Formats: sequence, C-alpha cells, structure tokens
Amino acid sequence: MHRPSETTVFYRNLRWLRFVDTFGRRGAGVLDYLGGIAEMTVQAVAAAFRKPLYAQEILHQMDESGVKSLGITNVTALFTGMVLALQTAYSLAAFGGKLFIGRVVSLSLVRELGPVLTALMVGGRVGAGITAELGSMTVTEQVDALRAMAVNPVKRLVTPRLIGVFFMLPILTALADLLGILGGLLIAVTELSISASFYFNSIWNQLRISDIASGLGKSFFFAMEIALIGCYNGLNVRGGAASVGTATTQTVVAASISILVSDFFLTKLFLAL
Amino acid sequence: MTTNAESPHPAPGAAVDLVSVRKIYEGRAVLAGASLTVERGETMVILGPSGTGKSVLLRHINGLTKPDSGQVYVCGRDIVPLSEEELVEVRLRVSMLFQGGALFDSMTVFDNVAFPMREHTEMTPKEIKDRVAEKLALVGLPGTQKKMPAELSGGMRKRVALARSIALDPEIILFDEPTTGLDPINSEKINELIDDLNERIKATFVVVTHDIVSARTIADRIAFLHGGTFEFVGTFAEATRSTHPVLSDFFRSHTMPAGAAAAPSETAPLAVSAARPLAKGEPA
Repeated sequence: MHRPSETTVFYRNLRWLRFVDTFGRRGAGVLDYLGGIAEMTVQAVAAAFRKPLYAQEILHQMDESGVKSLGITNVTALFTGMVLALQTAYSLAAFGGKLFIGRVVSLSLVRELGPVLTALMVGGRVGAGITAELGSMTVTEQVDALRAMAVNPVKRLVTPRLIGVFFMLPILTALADLLGILGGLLIAVTELSISASFYFNSIWNQLRISDIASGLGKSFFFAMEIALIGCYNGLNVRGGAASVGTATTQTVVAASISILVSDFFLTKLFLAL
Repeated sequence: MTTNAESPHPAPGAAVDLVSVRKIYEGRAVLAGASLTVERGETMVILGPSGTGKSVLLRHINGLTKPDSGQVYVCGRDIVPLSEEELVEVRLRVSMLFQGGALFDSMTVFDNVAFPMREHTEMTPKEIKDRVAEKLALVGLPGTQKKMPAELSGGMRKRVALARSIALDPEIILFDEPTTGLDPINSEKINELIDDLNERIKATFVVVTHDIVSARTIADRIAFLHGGTFEFVGTFAEATRSTHPVLSDFFRSHTMPAGAAAAPSETAPLAVSAARPLAKGEPA
C-alpha cells in the first residue's frame, strides 16, 4: 500500500493546524464579544437600581424606541394579519379552511409572528439607531467626555435605552397582535364573507392566556437583545465614520439572528412550562 | 523641572506628578518611562510632533487611560490603582477639553454647560442658569444658550466646551490640542482665552499641542515629548535656544516659512520672535 511521503503528511498537519488556529481565533472573538455584552449587561442592570434615575432620559428613550416605532410595527402587523387570512383560506379551502381563519390567524400572530416580526422591525429601526448614535458619540469622544466628567457611560447611555426598549417592545407587540387580528377580520369579512361575530367567537374559543403570555414573554427577551447588542456595538466602535456604518449593519444582522435563534429556544422553553 | 531618581514622589506641592509612565499600544511603547512634574497654577505645554503619544499622556492624568507601569500623582494621590468609581473624586477636580470639543450634540449649549452641575451638584435651576451664563460670558459667548452645537463654528464649539470644562471650577484643566483644526484667527482667540482664563481662575493648565504659536502665547513652561519620554523641560525661551537636535528641528520646521526653512540662518530658532508678540514671561 502506498504511504504518503513525509512532506505530504507535514502539509496535511499544517493545514489542520491552520484550521484549528483560525477556528480558535474566531471562537475567541465570539467569546470576547459575548463576554463584553454580559459584562455590560450586569453593569447596566445594576446601574438601574442606583441613583440618579435619569427619569427624563428614560421617558425620552421610550418615546424614541416605542412611540416612534408604532407606525412601522403596526403596518407590518396589519398586513401580516391580512395575508395570513388570505393564505389560510386559500390553502385550507379543500378542508373547509374558511372556518379556521380566526383561529389560525390569531394563534400564529399571538404566539409567533406578532412578537418576532415586531422585534425584527424594532431591531432594525431602534437597534441600528442606538448603534449609530452611540457609535458617533464614541468616535467624537463624547463617551470619553462623559467619563472625564465623572459620569458612568453605561449608566447614562445604556441603562435608559435598555429600560426604554424593555418596556416598550411588549406594548408594541400587544398592539401588533391586536392589529394583525383586525387585519385578518378585514379580509374575512370583505373577501371571504365570514361574519365578524363568527371570526371573534372562533378566536375567543381557541386563544388561551398562556398563548398571549408566551408571546409577550418572548418580547421581553427580544427587547434585551436589541438594546444590548445596539449599545455594545455602538460603544465599541473604533475609528471613524466608516466604522459607525459597519457597526450599524452588524447590529441589524446580529439582532435579527439572535431574535430568530432565541425564538426557537424560547418557544421550546415556553412549551415545556 | 525634570524629575530624577533622588527626588521624592509625589513631588511636594505639585499638581500633577508623572513617574516613569509606560504605555504600550500594539507592541509599540508610546510612552517609555515619561516623567514630568507640573507645579500648581502653572501652564505646562506638552509639545511634540503628531503621533508621539501626547494625547495618550494627557488621558493618563484623569484616568481615562491606565499606564502599563509607573505612577500618576494628581494633587498628591496616585490615581493608577483607583477604580472608575474611586476616580469620580479625582475627575471632579480635573476637567478636560477634548480635541473636537466633544459637546453632546443632542443637547443645547445650555444643557451642555449645565451638564456637570446637574450631575454632580445640588444647585437649583436658577443657580445653574446663572452659573451657565457666567461661564459662557467668560469664554466670550454670552447669549448662545439656546443654540445647538451643530449651529456653532469650530472655534465656538471649543469655547463652549471650555465653558463646560470650567463649570465646576476644577483645579486642573487638561487641553487636548486646543487650536487644532482652527484657522489662525480663531486659534489666536483660543490662545488668548486660555491665557486670560489662567490668570482669572488660578487653575493648573496642562496643554497638549503641536502648535508653537500656541505654546509661546500660553506656556509658563514647555515639555517636549519625543520617543516616549520628555527630552526637554523649560521655558519657551530656553526651548528656542535648545541644542537638542529634534527639538531645534521641530522649532525650525514649524516657525519658518516653507521657503526659508531650506536655508537655515544663524538666527533661525529665534526668527519667530521678531515677527510675533513676545512669549509669555519672556523679557522684552
């Protein structure tokens, strides 16, 4: 049997070592990132319970992340509800699907689509906004200026944003659920000739408190992910304006992925409870 | 005054005393054992070419950056081992003017100047209003309270930042390149302002710059940073007469017009004093 020469074996081993090296570096980078976020989270949460409270700043952030996101999240939810109704009627037509429209629309919205789509929209709008704002503050030395003025940047910048998103995202989600269901109703009544009372009755009989709770419960986690990723990426921008752009893109990608991945595990968790 | 091995640390009465400060960035020793003593009430100008670690050094004095080794005494206390919380006390006494001003661009001029007062004092809104007006008048910008930083010119922004940095009457003020990015007229205004302020508020000023005109207007003493250590400390007049090769080169290249720099004359280092006002403290 032919044996590989020593040179071949050497290069094979070298390639393998390179792979391990690259993999290790990537892994170390990811761990650094997660460690940094974890550290900032602990500081931000601890700071929330210490004076001063920065109530005005928190209200401002609630307005920025919550009230100003109403448009985008509501439109998303309304049209998702309408599409769901159409698709359900179409795909379940053979089984008399029309009768299930209320149930399908409400269940999928309240358990899944409401929280996830709202979080994705807010992640794009608010997460990116946070990174861009904090990133440009970092590169123009405003964050250093805070430290130089003996003010903790995590407490002044991160905590109010975290609190703002944490309380506003579930509210946005609840509204999205409601609007999605109304969107479904609109289609059910106008296109599919189902009566409003039948639509609502089928929802009322199907939907349980636990469905709503699991949906809203998830949105608290999504809110933390959006605010923390947004803040961390912003505060860790190095360089100039171009780095702010890169960091902003990274926030949208990282927030979206973490929302979708954590959604799976949270769903498993809530189903097990 | 350069420090030597025998002198005690912290130097008695010194506002800032840096002892063998070393800082390594990406394998390069930006500061390689820099030592410097700044007396109370004086204006110390740290001079040197761009990229020699002047700003890094400045950031050590209020703990924004920690040295890899060495001690940094501020008002007699070594601040290197202090945590961010413990540094609060130090930072209330040491304020900093950043290169670009670093004004909070989401806030008005008033809110910017009021910021340190709101954060650290129990002043009433009326007292804050009066103090902000007083500080803005001091930097020559009365009545600009309602403007946003974006509406101000570069020079005005720096002056507002200066008003913010003196809001709590600090003992030491650190200036990071106060005239960089400004036209000559605005640079001169800032220099005069710093000089004037130094007489009025009796604080210790540490100014980092590569602008020789600025140095001659405001400096009580000059420290020349080169290769990570202070190679010269003395008055401006002494600096112009220094035989240190890099320092005299630096003076020549920065004070002579481009055409004249090529043909050195006997009076080259002092040529500047004939054309410009006398340096601070320099005999006529």
